[in-house]
Amino acid sequence: MTPAAFEPRGKRPPPDRWPWLRLWSIRHARGLERLYEGFERALIAMRPMFERIGFARLERPVAALESAMKGALFDCRMCGQCVLSSTGMSCPMNCPKNLRNGPCGGVRGDGNCEVYPAMPCVWVQAYEGSRRMEGGDKIAHVQPPIDHRLKGASSWLQVARGAP
Amino acid sequence: MSYEPHPHDIGPDPGAPLVDLPGHSSRGRLERVLRRGEFAITAELNPPDSANPEDVYERARIFEGWVDGINATDGSGAHCHMSSVAICALLTRVGYSPVLQISCRDYNRIAIQGNVLGAAALEVGNILCLTGDGVQCGDHPQAKPVFDLDSTSLLSVIRKMRDDGAFLSGRKITTPPRVFLGAAENPFAPPYDFRPLRLAKKVAAGAQFCQTQYCFDLPRLQAFMAAARDMGITERCFILVGVGPLASAKTARWMRANVAGVHIPDEVVKRLEGAKNQKAEGKKICVEMIQALREVKGVAGVHVMAYRQEEYVSEIVHESGALAGRSPWRRDFVAKMQPVESLA
Repeated sequence: MTPAAFEPRGKRPPPDRWPWLRLWSIRHARGLERLYEGFERALIAMRPMFERIGFARLERPVAALESAMKGALFDCRMCGQCVLSSTGMSCPMNCPKNLRNGPCGGVRGDGNCEVYPAMPCVWVQAYEGSRRMEGGDKIAHVQPPIDHRLKGASSWLQVARGAP
Repeated sequence: MSYEPHPHDIGPDPGAPLVDLPGHSSRGRLERVLRRGEFAITAELNPPDSANPEDVYERARIFEGWVDGINATDGSGAHCHMSSVAICALLTRVGYSPVLQISCRDYNRIAIQGNVLGAAALEVGNILCLTGDGVQCGDHPQAKPVFDLDSTSLLSVIRKMRDDGAFLSGRKITTPPRVFLGAAENPFAPPYDFRPLRLAKKVAAGAQFCQTQYCFDLPRLQAFMAAARDMGITERCFILVGVGPLASAKTARWMRANVAGVHIPDEVVKRLEGAKNQKAEGKKICVEMIQALREVKGVAGVHVMAYRQEEYVSEIVHESGALAGRSPWRRDFVAKMQPVESLA
């Protein structure tokens, strides 16, 4: 079995070792939630400035910065429609089935992934993280089907634009 | 066994659609049985690896008169078999009530929505929306997994097609599909506290019935059901609990090690091991489980998955007494009963 065979294109196979920073992010979901709330307000406040520079011109550098920062903290896959605040700060795009609404029925008894037996289930972590968050009940919101056109786009700029 | 079917459950001829009932989303018999408050039985058909329709009919015939719905699996365990939509279409020709299973692993939203319209046109009344097992556990691990939608968003897409008469894109559907929507749940896999909430999400997205993974652990199911009742899920969704006979202790061990999401407690394995006739004991465990489930508040029925032991489904259902004297639809009802139109 080659892991690459069932990884969508452009998605790296998960590391052998669960990255400690991703776990740290889940343990500190409440702090990150607070940070994000402030950051979101700042992004919206910066909208006039972004507009002056031009969203199109900002897209590449901001996406690169976002990818680097969120990549380290959450192993972000740059789906371009971030739902971390509704998923306990555990990135659902790390689920090999790309599930955005909850775990599948195949989660192992030890809480690990059906597809990658060595990896803790993204949604087991998500539920844990959500219990630490003030707005953790957002995990109950039904997420719409993903828009594959946004892959690689910056979610931060989407927020600044005022996208839902 | 009583030979008096409900007049709503039979039409002028077995293959013809039944009359519409107010408040029903489908014209299927499964929805009728559940809405009447009967304890419903569904069973899983093992799809053939052939292009012969007789193979499907042969496998369906052994369930006739014992089940209210027949699930046609959709590449279960990521193995190739005859497609679910084709099996369902064959079954509706006879008059059976099939449950179409759609797994997000193999199709994107364009293929799925087309299939839903096609299946509804072929009088398939029930759809079970699934994520699907990963391709790594099947006979084609080299395949590209699709997972364009997930089971919850799939439910919302089909509900939109039915209730708003529109595709996900917003484009209009002239005749919307009349379907009863189902979801799967596994109360026996972590995160346990999230499972009832996840079912609530699926109900919010459109699930009207739910079929669960195999239940061998009654206390865990009772905890799940208690949470589901507290959240008001049981009033909005019919929960059918998955059951099935284990052929032997060896099968049980193999299943829990190799089949994703199956949880079999050690006590069950030990009980099988200690039995003289393990197969008979496996059936007995299944019968006892159905009887216990009938007593759990909010359980609307059972879903019997007797993989490679399908011939025992009728015995299991009979011995459990779950039908309480009722007889689900069978072909000879048509000859014995007047069609519903002539009763009016």
